[in-house]
Amino acid sequence: MSTIENLSRRRFLQGSAGLTLGFWLPAVAAPAAGPGKAGEDAVGPIPFEPNAFLRIGTDNSVTVISKHLEMGQGTYTGLATILAEELDADWKMLRVEGAPADARRYNNLFWGPAQGTGGSTAIANSWEQLRRAGAAGRAMLVGAAAKRWSVPAAEIAVRDGVVSHAKSKRRATFGELAELAAKQPVPTVLKLKDPKDFRLIGKQVKRKDSVDKTSGQARFTQDVQLPGMLVAVVAHPPRFGATVKSFDASPARAVKGVVDVVQIPQGVAVLATDTWSAKKGRDALAVNWDERAAFKLGSEEILARYRELAKKPGLVAHQSGDTEQAFGKATKVVRASYDFPYLAHAAMEPLNCVIRLGDGGCEVWNGEQMQTGDQYALAGLFGLKPEQVTIHMLYAGGSFGRRASKDSDYVLEAAHIVKAIDGRAPVKLVWMREDDMRAGYYRPLFHHALEAAVDGNGRLTGWRHRLVGQSIIAGSPFAAGMIKDGIDLVSVEGAANLPYAIPNMTVDLHTPQDIPVPVLWWRSVGSSHTAYSTETFIDQVATAMGKDPVALRLELLTKHPRHAGVLKLAAEKAGWGTPLKSGKPGERRGRGVAVHESFNSYVAEVAEVTVARDGSVKVDRMVCAVDCGIAVNPDNVRAQVEGAVGFALSAALHGEITLKEGRVEQGNFDGYPPLRISEMPQVEVHIVPSVAPPTGIGEPGVPPAAPAVANAIAAATGKRLTRLPFNPAELVA
Amino acid sequence: MIELNVNGTPQQLDVASDTPLLWALRDTLHLTGTKYGCGQALCGACTVHVDGSPMRSCSVPVSAVAGRKITTIEAVDKNRIGKVVQDAWRKLDVVQCGYCQSGQIMSAVALLSQNRKPSDEEIDGAMSGNLCRCATYVRIRAAIHEAARALV
Repeated sequence: MSTIENLSRRRFLQGSAGLTLGFWLPAVAAPAAGPGKAGEDAVGPIPFEPNAFLRIGTDNSVTVISKHLEMGQGTYTGLATILAEELDADWKMLRVEGAPADARRYNNLFWGPAQGTGGSTAIANSWEQLRRAGAAGRAMLVGAAAKRWSVPAAEIAVRDGVVSHAKSKRRATFGELAELAAKQPVPTVLKLKDPKDFRLIGKQVKRKDSVDKTSGQARFTQDVQLPGMLVAVVAHPPRFGATVKSFDASPARAVKGVVDVVQIPQGVAVLATDTWSAKKGRDALAVNWDERAAFKLGSEEILARYRELAKKPGLVAHQSGDTEQAFGKATKVVRASYDFPYLAHAAMEPLNCVIRLGDGGCEVWNGEQMQTGDQYALAGLFGLKPEQVTIHMLYAGGSFGRRASKDSDYVLEAAHIVKAIDGRAPVKLVWMREDDMRAGYYRPLFHHALEAAVDGNGRLTGWRHRLVGQSIIAGSPFAAGMIKDGIDLVSVEGAANLPYAIPNMTVDLHTPQDIPVPVLWWRSVGSSHTAYSTETFIDQVATAMGKDPVALRLELLTKHPRHAGVLKLAAEKAGWGTPLKSGKPGERRGRGVAVHESFNSYVAEVAEVTVARDGSVKVDRMVCAVDCGIAVNPDNVRAQVEGAVGFALSAALHGEITLKEGRVEQGNFDGYPPLRISEMPQVEVHIVPSVAPPTGIGEPGVPPAAPAVANAIAAATGKRLTRLPFNPAELVA
Repeated sequence: MIELNVNGTPQQLDVASDTPLLWALRDTLHLTGTKYGCGQALCGACTVHVDGSPMRSCSVPVSAVAGRKITTIEAVDKNRIGKVVQDAWRKLDVVQCGYCQSGQIMSAVALLSQNRKPSDEEIDGAMSGNLCRCATYVRIRAAIHEAARALV
């Protein structure tokens, strides 16, 4: 056991985010569960609630409160693992419950005073907090046993939810000790386990949401039914910036089930007793739009502007050495430019939100990713205090960043509808797939231009990287901290901090202000494009220098051992340097590599691809190596990287949202096809053993996948793809 | 009134005859395990069984399935193959966000009902109408093989 000394009670209270010593001993059993859904199971009396993250019931139930949204990334399981480890709880008796919105207790410690989930921070920011919460609970249970049995606390052992004293052969379950534990002092000094003693962290534990998600019982926002609730489907403007000029509600009102039609700032909402009637009513509406102020450019025009901008220097995001001089002395200059499209998140659950306005405030049911921001936004609209906005955080059917809306867009849309009907009924806002895909909040379209200088001695001496694209952070609550001297740090993440030892380097950025297409963080954010350009370009440079792509990277990564570590591991496991089995006649095969750090996690991936005569690409195998510090749930780390590879391949092979005269051309999965199972490669994930504190895993598997595949395609065909998504026509044999 | 037989129970529904089966199940019968994803039979999240065959409930009007036997995810474990598939999904922790998984499981059960030992290619063929944005495909394949082994 290692001991955290000098931990004052005050510091502990702060460190545990406003630890509350609430001893809730209900006179009657806990209220019955709701309509028999997951997340509302009835449990016995809860006498022991030592802090904001833990409750222990007399029935031995251990409830861990998750302050973070479960959207597929496994956070409910991961957070529970951390707390259960220090508590020495019985994993089977443990359940997870979503926390209420309360930033005083449940703020994201990396975000300051705000509660929310994103940036692959859930496990990293909770690591110490939940270890302490578990250790505090354990110490109080031990204290209770020591008192009851009159034995020294030091002689007491805890394992799998049972407290025991070997000498006196006494034992008690957590439930039996709960009431007495609640009366013990909160410990001022906490003992945390030595990682070598972990029994759950780093071991195989089962996901906590598997049963509900394989039986149809998991409760998503889409599944919420409230008494008297109306379903709203909205006619949205056809272009960004268009507004309602006039509308005829009568065809919508003629649809059976439709009860109201209201104008809101976002369009015209049709309210009905059920979803299908609301959709039929919405489709029947005749809306005249005022498009005078609407945005009417297409993606090609935007790209043309960006290419023009890229001819001029931008704001400097990174400068080292003398780049001008390096290029002046170069004997070889390598160049490439890249185009990245807008991308939709397209989570399987289209956006939705349920809001009920009551006397003392409002209640929200949502796959809630931005509690504090949404509380303030709703409080502002309804004239409430933020704490009068109660939020039920339900499972989200994916998000990939979309539900972490920077301006509460869809939540406010639901609220405007509730306001327009004077709160007389709870409202479930439902976006049809087309509403979801056409609403913007995309991964921004970007153009990159890169140049590398090689000197007469064959050394890579200069690097220029210019990026052009809209700012995600502008207009978000993170702007004050994440826009420095006009540079949105996420626009250049992965580019301005390029790990390679190149002595003269310039990275600059243009941030167009006149494109009103809403943009948002999309799984891996800036690295979703910077990893592609930097990692395919370094490969191109290696080819130009006549060097092996792995060898050149390793030469340039001597000061970055964690990058080098995953790169070596992935290369070794993939058999880098060994011949690749040839394909059928006419098929070209190749192997490619990429390495990238994002969210403080390091991932290298080696792709094996087959390119057919017609230029179609099949990714056969991906070998991934990950260093994310301590892997709290190794199986979930593997699952996240497997999924990240598929998510990245969706974008690389197919993903493109295009505008034509300001209108989004795609509306559903026919125009914007995610990867299907028949396109999914084999994926192997290797985890670097580590005792470093855990970092994120939801996003970091995404960035290296597409460049590794592109480098494999180049190895197979000699063709370097610089426009995404890949165009098979460029690869025809 | 339209009569449906859902999970072995006859039901009388007062809905418009053009209402897709999906919305009748979800909004009228409150069987919310079957999911809306696209409304155009492109994603498979709404897959149910009609007389044992997989069907995209978002694109079938209730009037077309009146009187036929409909099985949803809520009752999938009443059948041996369904239970085995569900167990395989849990054993391998296939799910991530979980939203598409009802449809995935219904399609997998339909596949294994027809083919007790599908190859990877046969799995890809039978499951390619079911999108998973979390891309849990590696584990879906593995879980179907796992279920096939358990059914021997």
